[in-house]
Amino acid sequence: MDIHEYQAKEILNNFGVGIAPGALAYSPEQAAYRARELGGDRWVVKAQVHAGGRGKAGGVKVCNSDTEIQQVTEEMFGQKLVTHQTGPEGKGIYRVYVEAAVPIAREIYLGFVLDRASQRVMIVASGEGGMEIEEISAERPESIVRATVEPAVGLQEFQCREIAFALGIKPAMIQQMVRTLKGCYRAFRELDATMVEVNPLVITSDDRILALDAKMTFDNNALFRHPQVAELRDKSQEDPRESRAADGGLSYVGLEGNIGCIVNGAGLAMATMDTIKLAGGEPANFLDIGGGATPERVAKAFRLVMSDKNVQAVLVNIFAGINRCDWVAEGVVKVLRENPVDVPVVVRLAGTNVEEGQKIIAQSGLPLIRATTLNEAAERVVAAWKSDNARNTNLKVV
Amino acid sequence: MSIFLDSDTPVIVQGITGKMARFHTKEMIEYGTNVVGGVVPGKGGETCEGVPVFNTVKEAVEATGAEASLVFVPPPSAADSIMEAADAGIRYCVCITDGIPAQDMIRVKRYMYRYPKEKRMVLTGPNCAGTISPGKAMLGIMPGHIYLQGNVGIIGRSGTLGYEAAAQLKERGLGISTSVGIGGDPINGSSFKDVLEQFENDPDTHIICMIGEIGGPQEAEAADYIRDHVTKPVVAYIAGLTAPKGRTMGHAGAIISAFGESASEKVEILTAAGVTIAENPAVIGETIARAMQ
Repeated sequence: MDIHEYQAKEILNNFGVGIAPGALAYSPEQAAYRARELGGDRWVVKAQVHAGGRGKAGGVKVCNSDTEIQQVTEEMFGQKLVTHQTGPEGKGIYRVYVEAAVPIAREIYLGFVLDRASQRVMIVASGEGGMEIEEISAERPESIVRATVEPAVGLQEFQCREIAFALGIKPAMIQQMVRTLKGCYRAFRELDATMVEVNPLVITSDDRILALDAKMTFDNNALFRHPQVAELRDKSQEDPRESRAADGGLSYVGLEGNIGCIVNGAGLAMATMDTIKLAGGEPANFLDIGGGATPERVAKAFRLVMSDKNVQAVLVNIFAGINRCDWVAEGVVKVLRENPVDVPVVVRLAGTNVEEGQKIIAQSGLPLIRATTLNEAAERVVAAWKSDNARNTNLKVV
Repeated sequence: MSIFLDSDTPVIVQGITGKMARFHTKEMIEYGTNVVGGVVPGKGGETCEGVPVFNTVKEAVEATGAEASLVFVPPPSAADSIMEAADAGIRYCVCITDGIPAQDMIRVKRYMYRYPKEKRMVLTGPNCAGTISPGKAMLGIMPGHIYLQGNVGIIGRSGTLGYEAAAQLKERGLGISTSVGIGGDPINGSSFKDVLEQFENDPDTHIICMIGEIGGPQEAEAADYIRDHVTKPVVAYIAGLTAPKGRTMGHAGAIISAFGESASEKVEILTAAGVTIAENPAVIGETIARAMQ
């Protein structure tokens, strides 16, 4: 789960990381008022969306007066910010963060990640702050400093000092840097983050070390023990279909194509998408109905897939182990009786209770196309989609 | 022979009294697995599915001589249960649980390494379908009837794709020595490389099938190991050619976040190491059959 910049800063600040004075606003008037409250004569106004690349996309503006802040934020609120990370649909701006501008002397990149190779928390730092880590590793790989944390004892001071000296921090500021690194690590560790990124971490001309931007991602599997983090979820930043799926125990990712997929198991769901592509179609979504799916959950999955207007054919592909083919078949038949669809539906069932499942499909009287193997299923759904499409196009011409 | 699990391996089920655990314990016993007990704190002395229940893994091991364990415990306490098994002298542990916090798994791995190698428990999973040595025993939730006994060793991150491969092999009359699920989580007990090493040393395994997917470095690590140490033929399929970058595809670990983590890059790396690639999931069985000739 992602959170907003201002939330990440507040968390990090509670763990001893320095930040610039700032405040949140929900309207242009409030943004201007926040600036007056903060004082000073120069502020940075930042759109709060769950995506990087806000600066280049126009989501970060430097302002010199409260009237300027009001004007700038009037153009931000309610708009969709499109960055290279949001996709073409963008993400809505409903909150802005107003922050006192600080005099920057140096920018540093600082990241904490779960390193899957060492199976430990890894710190990645570079003196080339402000650039994205992908750019840094492509253009200045030699500037990157790495350290892994021994999980039994946690991040040690000497490791922090090594990183600080490698980044060329001056001796008088080493302790401040150690405090910053330890604070980020403790926030990561104690709140079950999977990523903490401070980019840039700045050194001001008056020798302060401040997190100027901050991003935190949390482990969804650990939210049960951090209710205060779970509360920070902002559904306005999520794809509504994906939120609905997650709330219903389904795992869904929307894609660009037009063949809807309903599958059990993440691996088989990806493999089904691949097979559709190889058969000449384009998958509309990734969807894993999970283990032990009831007819109700299958029906919910079907409605979810059909809520995507681009879907012109559906493939149900189930290889049941912990699942039951008869339950899946019941769910499909039930939802199609209640809400008939005008697109072809291909059903492939295998594994536990397959005969019972096939029988339910065969006796339903519904125009379902059956398949026995994965390949057959993909070929049939692509063929059905093509002929259905051709027919519809002809109708339109007539 | 087979790896990890044989017909006489004494097995316990941690969390045996749960609804799903009971169902699968029954299936495992019917398949022929030597289930000797279960562990549920506070339910020691009871009987479940015809086997005795113990309060702790230590008690279960002392009373039954259990060597393997299946962890069927909900996510908040699953890591604790794995560590308990490691401490009690369990030799092989499969964890089915999906949804264990990643940092809990980091601690589990660290804890397991406090034992010297000869005493260290082997863990496969979490978030997997388990391990089966067809015709002998199964430790997991897979439909046992789709597996024939034979000489193909399967290692996979995905449970259902493992079924797909087993079914395609059965269609061709080909069987499996052992099929091992390593799970879909970012931090797992055993990697492809760890299991490849076991199959390389198993005389009953003649060919190895690897089923990988997007995300993480373990397929690339396996490629290095195969090039330098594996003499048996290896066939691989990698799921997720059509998966977008930066999105988690169901499995917590199925996310492309770095170079070398996409399906096409993994295919390239494995091909360079001499691995035969099944181009799509429908031809896994066919590709293995051809590689065996």
